[in-house]
Amino acid sequence: MEPTPRPLSPHLGIYRWQVQMVTSILHRLTGIALVFGSLMVLAGLFALAMGETSYTAFQHFSASPLGLILLVGWTWSLVFHACNGLRHLLQAAGVGFATVVFIRNSWLVIFVSLVLTILIWAWVIFGGAL
Amino acid sequence: MNDLRTPLARVHGLGSARDGMRPWWMQRLTAVALLLLGIWFVVSVLLLLRSGYVAAHLMLADPLNAVLMIAFTTALFWHAQIGMQVIIEDYVSTRWLEVVLQVLVRFLAVLGALASAVAVLRVALGY
Repeated sequence: MEPTPRPLSPHLGIYRWQVQMVTSILHRLTGIALVFGSLMVLAGLFALAMGETSYTAFQHFSASPLGLILLVGWTWSLVFHACNGLRHLLQAAGVGFATVVFIRNSWLVIFVSLVLTILIWAWVIFGGAL
Repeated sequence: MNDLRTPLARVHGLGSARDGMRPWWMQRLTAVALLLLGIWFVVSVLLLLRSGYVAAHLMLADPLNAVLMIAFTTALFWHAQIGMQVIIEDYVSTRWLEVVLQVLVRFLAVLGALASAVAVLRVALGY
């Protein structure tokens, strides 16, 4: 089939770097990462349903170096996707659309997502005593 | 014109999104659900980290937690399907491949949601 001569989006190479673009791209990338993260949720539920042996194996994998790297990545992906998703929901409701606010909120999302990820993992590491 | 549909009905779904507003709206509806259920999920996981099988099993066997977990995984796979649909629409320009991927993602998302629900029910109903 002949490709229809419709206008193409400008390619990334000719865009000047801006934070709104970064949050937009990261939203999709973290979304794709979280699709694979959902398989980890499924694996955990299945391990729990199958019994103690499989659940212990699941916990062992989660605590392995590979498991920890994946979980840290998925934690940040989830927190970022949630914060940025909230920003998108607010914008869909018409809040925060002015360019200045848009830029400020994009930086805020990046900052808050990093802080929350650190807090969550601080709890994972030090929370055992609580 | 031997078409009984109204002119409006005939053009419905012919836009670039093909299905109109519904996936857009469901994406946002599942997003709101996941914001709330996601907080519950993360807190639950953080509370179960240090304990083993018995504590996790007890937690998920609680009817309230079982319902919330099935709600969470259903919204999760639904939201994932719509997100992947939008990405495939944007980046896969070969029509047959796009259709194959869309069907595949939908099947996998439904399987994921069903499998999660069965796993939760198995724990909650005590088989």
